[in-house]
Amino acid sequence: MKIVVTLRKIAERIARTSSFRLTLLAVLSAMVVGAFIIVLSDINKLQNGDILGAIKTVGSAYWALVIGSVGSLRAISATINSATPLILCGVSVAVAFKAGLFNIGATGQMLAGGMAALWVGFAMDGPGFVQVPLAVLAGALGGAAYGAIPGILKARTGAHEVITTIMLNNMAGFLVLWLLKTNLYQREDRTDPISKLVTAPGHLPRLFGFMDNRPDLIAHAGFVVAILAVIVYSWFLNRSTTGFEFRAFGMNADAAQYAGMHTKRLTVMAMMFAGGFAGLAGSAEVLGTYGYASQNFAGNIGYDAIAIALLGRSTPLGTLFAALLFGALQAGGRQMQANTDVPIDLIVVLRALIVMFIAAPLLIKAIWRIKVEPTSLGQAFRGQGS
Amino acid sequence: MSAVDAVVAPLISAEQRKQARSVGFTLVVLGIVAAFVLGNRPGDAGFKLVDSYIFVIPAQPFARILALVLIALGAAQLLKGFGKWTNVVLGIAAATFVISFLAWAASGGSFSFTGMLQDTVTRSVPIILGAIAGIVCERSGIINIAIEGQLLGSAFAGAVVGSLFGPWAGILGAIAMGVALSAILAVFSIRYRVDQVIVGFAINFFALGLTSFLAARVLTEHPDYNILSPLRPIALPLLSDIPVIGVVLFTQTLFVYFAYMAVAIATWSLYHTKWGLRTRAIGEYPKAAGTLGVDVIKLRYRNVLIAGAVAGVGGAWWPIGMVGRFDQNITNGRGFIALAAVIFGRWHPVGALSAALVFGLAEAIQLKMSNLDTGIPSEFLLMAPYLVTLVVVAGFVGRSRGPKAAGQPYDAQ
Repeated sequence: MKIVVTLRKIAERIARTSSFRLTLLAVLSAMVVGAFIIVLSDINKLQNGDILGAIKTVGSAYWALVIGSVGSLRAISATINSATPLILCGVSVAVAFKAGLFNIGATGQMLAGGMAALWVGFAMDGPGFVQVPLAVLAGALGGAAYGAIPGILKARTGAHEVITTIMLNNMAGFLVLWLLKTNLYQREDRTDPISKLVTAPGHLPRLFGFMDNRPDLIAHAGFVVAILAVIVYSWFLNRSTTGFEFRAFGMNADAAQYAGMHTKRLTVMAMMFAGGFAGLAGSAEVLGTYGYASQNFAGNIGYDAIAIALLGRSTPLGTLFAALLFGALQAGGRQMQANTDVPIDLIVVLRALIVMFIAAPLLIKAIWRIKVEPTSLGQAFRGQGS
Repeated sequence: MSAVDAVVAPLISAEQRKQARSVGFTLVVLGIVAAFVLGNRPGDAGFKLVDSYIFVIPAQPFARILALVLIALGAAQLLKGFGKWTNVVLGIAAATFVISFLAWAASGGSFSFTGMLQDTVTRSVPIILGAIAGIVCERSGIINIAIEGQLLGSAFAGAVVGSLFGPWAGILGAIAMGVALSAILAVFSIRYRVDQVIVGFAINFFALGLTSFLAARVLTEHPDYNILSPLRPIALPLLSDIPVIGVVLFTQTLFVYFAYMAVAIATWSLYHTKWGLRTRAIGEYPKAAGTLGVDVIKLRYRNVLIAGAVAGVGGAWWPIGMVGRFDQNITNGRGFIALAAVIFGRWHPVGALSAALVFGLAEAIQLKMSNLDTGIPSEFLLMAPYLVTLVVVAGFVGRSRGPKAAGQPYDAQ
């Protein structure tokens, strides 16, 4: 009961805050711009003068977007599934932002973590309650180790993390490709780069596994890991000494240094934490969604995560909701592409527009002619110069 | 004054000493790699310079001699240091190392060295122009993460406009798109005071999404909107007759000549004109510049738009200078490489040019590597350029400091 009361309190608080209205209006504005894009790109219909038909497409596309993301249990499960790695990578980028570091390397860290988790996943054969936590832990450690590299380089030599993480992303891609061709990882009967299968007890259990005849509900326990990660991140940031040091370091590195904080250690730790969260995302994908690894199992998630962290202003709840929103768009976008002739790439445009509108409350205010309290934006991170 | 000097001087020299040490260590490490990895393959490597002449390098002896020299240089650096000459020594050492690496990879065969250098120059064009766009923005205090989006958007515009109205119109279309995307960056970050990193990333996603969307929805149904004949290389009279260099530098498309001109113009204007002084001032300390009568807001707007135009030409390189069409995400992260080149080159056009050439060389080597049989997994060879960048950034470039005011909105009061 207590949980319900707390949840209701949170819900009430969110509904009252101007940032909720702001988000709603930003989403709405993005949808309006998106509608124009759908209509204007419908060259065939426009050439035939069928403007009404083009506008109808907008309706059916957006309807599919809603149905495909929250319209059924299956859709909700797809949303959760898409959101899981986004939440974890979002937290990864967010924790680095809080310490004033720009982690573009979530992709590489995700690959490293995923490969580590995968190894535990196929090398062991149960029992599940040992293997799954072990594999997830391996994922976190693998990601943390890979994330530590740019951290150490920055702390020891000052090498900028924007450069090093981009380079490490590219390297991770080739490393994974190579690993997938080694005897250790490659599936026995295959010649293409594809990994062995995770053994049956090693899979992250499916969230809706209790429903017998619904194999289409693909959401898995990685979502629970993601929620736990958000809680840990929230506790860490607001309640722990190191979290305080992270924030102090992120706001003013010099002041933190003069206050006696070990800024070099903080740099390494921040990148390790970031890598760990991204590694969890990799293990969730490998152990939950795919059950094996192919060359590009990280996809664009690491880059989407940057937008998510920016959208959620790096706060725990903000990042969570931003990732859920992005996940819903992803799931709905697939439905939209299947039902209409509108390509799924539209959702990338919508995401960009949402981020832009939310970041510019003054613009929203001007468009909708409403009063929005100017929420303090602050800076996402210290900039590139430090 | 002297008290400050007394405090500052040892700090600087400590930093410099550390830097010098890591340079020395890196030279030694390169030497060891040369000795044990590059020296393990017998056989001669042919570097084809011109059609009639192949320069032969015996891979193994070359690598061993290089190893000795590198270790000696490293030891000298560690013991005494080359002072002013450190960077020159380093540059020569790195170039020789690359040649040794190529000799190792090609031992027992031959490849077109000149062709590879030509590829290097060609492929560095969008990175150079993207980096110039980044520098012009950031020097005036606006962080430009949106280079990738500007390149991608203008590549799309260049392809479509170029297919419909010819390549020259295509370049203009690309410039217009670059300026338009830059205008978004300018308005949001200067007028609406949005965090510049956020807008930058949003523009990247916007450009990626919109171009992919339009490519999937429009270009697949209308392939005639997406086909044009790219500009042909122009051999500059006299200059192009110089052996090797003539092919590498002076038998290129207009994009290459434009890129080099852009570097020259950017360097000269940044450091020798009123505009440059003001630009650097509003990037470092806009309040002071504002107090002295510089219209910070207006200059920032103008510079961001100029940057967009430069990036627009860089984006046009794909459809009009290279492949003759647009594909989804054709830039494939080159804008982020350009961003790395900005930092790598320490916000200086010439520095960014050299960084861009390194990345261009990496791409060119990757292209060549697929034809050479080296016995080690190709993935590691493909990884090498990024690893080298990592080592170079960590070992030599070190702590880089950008324009001080970059990222901060300006209040005119």
